[in-house]
Formats: sequence, structure tokens, C-alpha cells
Amino acid sequence: MENRTKTPAAVSRRQFASCTAAAAAGFLMTACGPQRLYEVPRARLRTVIDEMEREYSAKYGKHVTVGDTPPMEGVLFAQALDISRCVGCRRCVYACVAENNQSRDPQIHWIRVLSMDKERGVDFTDADAYYNPETVPEEGRFYVPVACQHCRNAPCTKVCPTGATWIEPDGIVVIDYDWCIGCRCCMAACPYGARHFNWGEPSVPVEEINTSTHYLGNRPRKKGVVEKCTFCIQRVRNGRYPACVEACPVGARKFGNLLDPESEIRYIIEHKRVLILKEELNTMPKFFYFYGT
Amino acid sequence: MSTLRGVVNFLRAAARTVAHGNRLYWAWLALLLVFMTSGVAAYAEQMSSGLILTGMRDQVSWGFYIGNFTFLVGVAAAAVVLVVPAYVYDWGPIREIVIFGELLAISALVMCSMFVLIDIGRPDRVWHLIPGIGHLNFPRSILAWDVLVLNCYFAVNFIVVTHILYRAYTGRHYVKRFVVPLVLLSIPMAVGIHTVTAFLYNGLAARPYWNSSILAPQFLASAFCSGPAILLIVLQLLRRLTRFEIQDQAIWKIAELMAYAMFLNLFLHGAEVFKEYYSNTQHLLFTRYWWEGLNGHDRLVPYAWTALGLNLSAFVLFIWPAARRNAVLLNVGCIATYAGCYIEKGMGLIIPGFTPDTLGEIYEYVPTSTELRVAAGVFATGFLVFTFLLKIAVPITLGELASETRRERAPV
Amino acid sequence: MSRRFALSLAVVTMGLLASSTTTLSQAPEKPGARLETPPPPFSEGIFPCSVCHGEMPPNRVRRQLTDMHTDIVLKHDEQHRWCLDCHDADNRDFLHLANGDRVPFEESYRVCGQCHGEKYRDWQAGVHGRRTGEWNGHKSYLLCPHCHNPHQPRFKALAPKPAPKPPMRPGH
Repeated sequence: MENRTKTPAAVSRRQFASCTAAAAAGFLMTACGPQRLYEVPRARLRTVIDEMEREYSAKYGKHVTVGDTPPMEGVLFAQALDISRCVGCRRCVYACVAENNQSRDPQIHWIRVLSMDKERGVDFTDADAYYNPETVPEEGRFYVPVACQHCRNAPCTKVCPTGATWIEPDGIVVIDYDWCIGCRCCMAACPYGARHFNWGEPSVPVEEINTSTHYLGNRPRKKGVVEKCTFCIQRVRNGRYPACVEACPVGARKFGNLLDPESEIRYIIEHKRVLILKEELNTMPKFFYFYGT
Repeated sequence: MSTLRGVVNFLRAAARTVAHGNRLYWAWLALLLVFMTSGVAAYAEQMSSGLILTGMRDQVSWGFYIGNFTFLVGVAAAAVVLVVPAYVYDWGPIREIVIFGELLAISALVMCSMFVLIDIGRPDRVWHLIPGIGHLNFPRSILAWDVLVLNCYFAVNFIVVTHILYRAYTGRHYVKRFVVPLVLLSIPMAVGIHTVTAFLYNGLAARPYWNSSILAPQFLASAFCSGPAILLIVLQLLRRLTRFEIQDQAIWKIAELMAYAMFLNLFLHGAEVFKEYYSNTQHLLFTRYWWEGLNGHDRLVPYAWTALGLNLSAFVLFIWPAARRNAVLLNVGCIATYAGCYIEKGMGLIIPGFTPDTLGEIYEYVPTSTELRVAAGVFATGFLVFTFLLKIAVPITLGELASETRRERAPV
Repeated sequence: MSRRFALSLAVVTMGLLASSTTTLSQAPEKPGARLETPPPPFSEGIFPCSVCHGEMPPNRVRRQLTDMHTDIVLKHDEQHRWCLDCHDADNRDFLHLANGDRVPFEESYRVCGQCHGEKYRDWQAGVHGRRTGEWNGHKSYLLCPHCHNPHQPRFKALAPKPAPKPPMRPGH
């Protein structure tokens, strides 16, 4: 009979050696190597972010700040949009592009304004994002800008295999651009076409870079990762309105804290009739469309 | 220590076997190498410029790579079509050839992993999926489940095959107590891998074309006809090129099982088509894009009807015993099955799921030459792996390749 | 100056300061309290109106103006209204409400709110019209005329910013 048995000591020695090696490698990678920003303790977060600031400042030749403002207590952000007011001018689209350092080439727009037929109402089968008339609004059309709805029951955060996207306590759905592996499962899962992929290396002209960034928001991205609207996390966590809300010339966009009974958002929910997109999918968006008139 | 030496000898002998062959063998390897080299070059370009070199865009964010991945998971699952008759029913003719199903599963899984790796935007970050050092979003993410079950199924097949071959190489029978439970486990696992892959699509409420309960059964049905189609062709080649004997009965039985699987496949597709056309909701748009085209966008329509024609012909050929016993018709049927299932599971599944997109836009996805070259490279790699595995397994099972310590010829 | 005068001045100043800080972000609770807004968008040199109209006797006859203000074409319920339905006949530096109360131009929203009550309520809540500022703090309002020309309130059509580029395969 072939001697297949090893002496118990030999087996355990070999096993011990390989286990230790694996554990050491794992420890090295987890303790010193990159971690999900979700899990980095606040004490270490500042170090990680300082490194980001150095990297971006060196790359763009300007002083880029990366903020780490945490969510505020008792705040759940929501946005509302008056579709009886929106004229489809797209100023919000470009204000967002400038504020959030979106790639100009290949072109990424976080907001997509859909023109729809007044007779059919809100109906995506008739939506056209490429309308280009001399002036807006056009006869018989109304406009519905769509971006991330920051769903309370977000399908995108459910499907991400590496947990690179999650819902922050203040309701903003964020992406860790350094953890995302670019599998695009979240893009397949999003019913609103809100997520965008960096198919090529993003490029923003240096003179147009917005240097006030947030580590979960508008800091510059690289190719191969997903990005989307973050409710201008770099602004709203410091009390300011998102760029699209401020840019709208007709005041169609409103923003506020759902948990504050005095907020504009709550007023709208109380006094206006709101609708949400694709409600049958139970995503529970925090983006409310309403008819102001 | 002697086991280690035994394993090293086995690997050395395997390497020697692989390194020797006739002209046809080397010509085949050369062809595969050409495609692999072209694939590597194309992938290098893709790594450098990004996935923008593909035809995928935000509107259709998965394409040729993931279509191939889905099809190949089905091929890997199809090993079960041999395992069940062989081990559950202990049917001799298939018992002799079941190992080839397992080898095909291994090769298919290698291709699956490659297709996923080349599709993700940041392949350097794939370690983020490894539990422990990365973070695997289990159990919420179905992709996380897929990573686990595919690797487990690969491991089971790999362990079983290497054990059987190594034992045969050293002239002994495999350890029944070890192999049979694993093989029996591989049956629900095979069903599992393709069900999980189906759930990946099925669970996406945002894509009504996929959000249908019959997707998982339909995936299994098309897997169980397309995987064996390749196998039947390979088995006939083995008969021709090696001394390996394969009973006609085995081949005919597999063809018969394929007929039933194809029936189920066609039935489930028919059920989908009925539901969409009869209920006539907005969800019909995706089905119409595939079969009729929408607003002048009809690039896929010829493929839809060709695939249907191929599948129907294959069904007729295989359900009719006289036809499947005819060598020409059998092979025509195999090719028809493979092509038909490949089209309807690749293009027919992925692209209509995204067209029109969530905001009603139609972007007609067409794979670019980069995608075709990379995919051809991956297929060539898979074929190379399969070729090498067969080159090692066939002589071992024939008893031609054995270690010096072999006692007697061991049946596999 | 006398101590009494200085004291009253101090009280008035403090009162003004106090009232201005309390009306920062909420809608006015009292009809008289004024919201913080940028100054009314007067045309160059047109205000104060009393410079010309101070000595002129008011002509209350409803007519088409021919001597001055011919650049203003009224398209705001012009079948039923004309200038003096909003502008105070006796003091052109003010507007007036239906009951005759004088209203300064800085509070023109009270005039508009008479007919456009729903919009007025929404505007006070910050839901109608643009606001800049802080969602949880200080916000500013704009006056109605900052967006709507009171004589021709209908918005002119805008030129839209460029459409997004449709997705194209590489090399196309």
C-alpha cells in the first residue's frame, strides 16, 4: 500500500505555514491597504482624504480641497421639481456639470431633461432628451428633468457586489469611486437611467475644475467607475442649495429636509399634488415632481 | 512526500502529453494562439483607452461580453445532462463519457471568469470581491452569489476530475465515497449556477424584459440543449481522432435529452411572447424590438427569426429518432442548436433588455471590432484549455498514459 | 441733540434692526412686516416718480398714454385695468391696494397677491419662484417684478442650452 499518510506533525506544520502566510497577507491588505470609504474610521478618514487632496492638487496644478463633512442629525434630504414651471432650458444640466466636475469629453451629464407630450402626460415611451429647438418651451411639450432620485428603497445599492454604493444617513445615495470595480450592475438596476459610467478617461479643462469637493461627491473621477448626482453633497451638508436648484431661472426646483415640517419640501407635499416616477417599482424616491399651478 | 512526488510526476507527464501531437494538433493550437494573441492586443488597447472602445454606452451598459458570459454559464451547467444519467441512473454508455461533460464545464467556467474580468471597468480591483480582504455584498447582491456559486462549482468539477484522472493515472479506481457525493452535489449546483445567473437579470425590476418569473427555467432549458450540442460534436471528433470508444447509444440519448430541453426552451419563449403580445402593455416594446424592430430600429430582427428557425429545426431533427441517428442530420442539429441558443441567449437576452432604455431612448448596440477580437481571444483560450484537458484525459482513460506504479488498468 | 431725541432715535434704530433680523427666513406673520429682498428692478432713473409727478395733477381718465411711458405696452388684464389700478394716483412713489391702502414698491407682492393669492402664498413659503441661500438657514426672496415684468408678465421663450450628445460607437 502506498504510504499516503503524512505524519500528523508534518501536516499541521505545512498547514500552519500556509495559514499564517494567508493571514499575514490579508492583514496587510486590510490594515494598510485600501478599504471601503464606508468602513474607514473617521480618525483615519482625514489621512485618506489628505492624500486625495495632494493627488488632485498635483494633477490639476491648483489647490483642490476634499471635504469630509459628515451627515447632519435629523436630516433627510429631498428635492422637488415643478413640472408646470420647467421650461426645458437645461441650465440646471450645465450648472451641475460645472459644479460637479463632470467629464466634458466623453460627455457626462448627470441630469437628463426629457421633453414629453402634453397629451400623454408623464410617459417615457414618448420622451425625447435630444430636443433642440430655437426657443423653449415648445408647443405641446412639457419637460421632466431626471437625475438620481435618491431612493429610500434603492435597487442600485442592493445589487452592488462589492458594497461600493450605499445610502448615507441623510438619505444621499453615494458611491465610493475608489472601491467601485465598474461591473455596472447598478446601472442595469437603476430604473431612472441616473447612473453614468466613465467609459473613457474623463477630462475636465483645468480652468473649469471646481476645487471645492467632497470625498463622496464631486471629487474628480477616473475611468472605469460609475458616478451620479449626489444632491451636491459638498454644498448641502454645509447648508447650501444644490447647484441645479440655484441655477433654475424659473424656480422650478426646490430642496430641503423631509424631516423638517417647516421646509419647502413638506409644504409642497402638503399643498401640492406630487407624483414620483415609476412608483410601481417601489423604489420610494426622494425626488418629488409636482404641479405648482 | 511520495504523494507530492506522485503529483509532480503526474503534472510532468501531463505536460509532456500536451507538448506532443500530430500536425493537426499543432495547426489547431497555432490557430488558437493567433486568436489569443489578437485578443490580448485588443484587450491591451481596451485597458489603455477604457471600455469606450466597445459599443456599450450608458443606455446599453452590458453587451457582447456579458452575453457570452451568460451563454457560457449555461454550457457549464449542461454537464448535468451527462451526470444525471451516469451517476443517478448508472447508465453505462454515458457513464463512460461523463468526464468530458465535466471537462467542458471547467473550460466553460474559465471562459466565464475571463468574460467577467474583461468586462469590468477596473479589473485591477477584482480583489474587492474576495470576502475577507475585500467586501462581498452577500447575501443582498445576486452578483455576489454568482461569484460564490461559480467558484464552488468550478472547484467541485476541478476536484472531481483531477482526482479521477490522477487515480486512473496511478492505476487505481477513484474513491467512490469521495467522488460520488461531490458529483451528486454538482447536480443541484449546476442548476444553481444557472439559476443564480438568471436571477441576476430576473431581479432587476428596472428591466421589464428580464423581470419575468420564467427566466430561470428558460435559462436552464436553453443551457441543457446548447451545452450538449458542443459536447456531441467533440465526442464525435474524439471518436475520429483518438482510440476512445463512445457508444452510439450515448450520443443518441444525449440528443434525445436535448430535444426535450429544446422543447421546454421553445415553450417558455412562446409563453413569454404570448404574455407580452396578449397583455399588450408598454412592456411589449422590448419584445417588439427583438421580433419586429421599433421606429425603424430593426437591426436585430433578422437574428431573432434566424434563431427561432434554427431552434425549431433542431427540435424537429432531434425529436425524430431516425434523424438523430443520422450522422449528418445529428451534426446539423447540433450546430443549429448551438447557433440558435447562442443568438437568443446572447443578443436576444441582453440587448432587448436595454432597448428601449429606462428613459425610453433607443440606442442600437453593435459590438465593435475590439469586442469581437477580445471575445474571440477568450473563446480561443477556453478551447485551448479544453484541448489540453482532453489531451491529458483521453490517454489516461484509455490507459495509455499511466505512471510506473500503475497496478492494473482502472476503468473510469 | 436733546437726550429725549437721542433716546427715541436709539429706540427706533434698535426696533428697525430687531424687525429686520426677525423677518429673515420665515414668511411674514404680520401683514405689515417686510421680507428681505433685493431692491425693486426699476428702469434707470425712473424712480422716484415724484420728481415728475410730484407737481403734476393726476389725470384719472382711462386712456392710452401718448406723452410719456409709451415704451410700456400693457398686456396684463388690459381689458379691465390700466395704470392707476395699481399705481397710486396721488403719490406715484407708491402702489395701492384695492381698498386704497398705499404700498411701497418694496412690498409690491402685496399688490400682486390680491389677484394671485395662491402664488402669493406659495411665494411666501418659498415654493414659487427662485430662492438662493441656505436650505436650513438664511434664504432670500426675489420680488415679483424681478422675474415677471408687471406690465407684460408672460415669460419670454428662452434659447435652450445644447442637447446632450447621443451615444455613438467609437469612430462614429
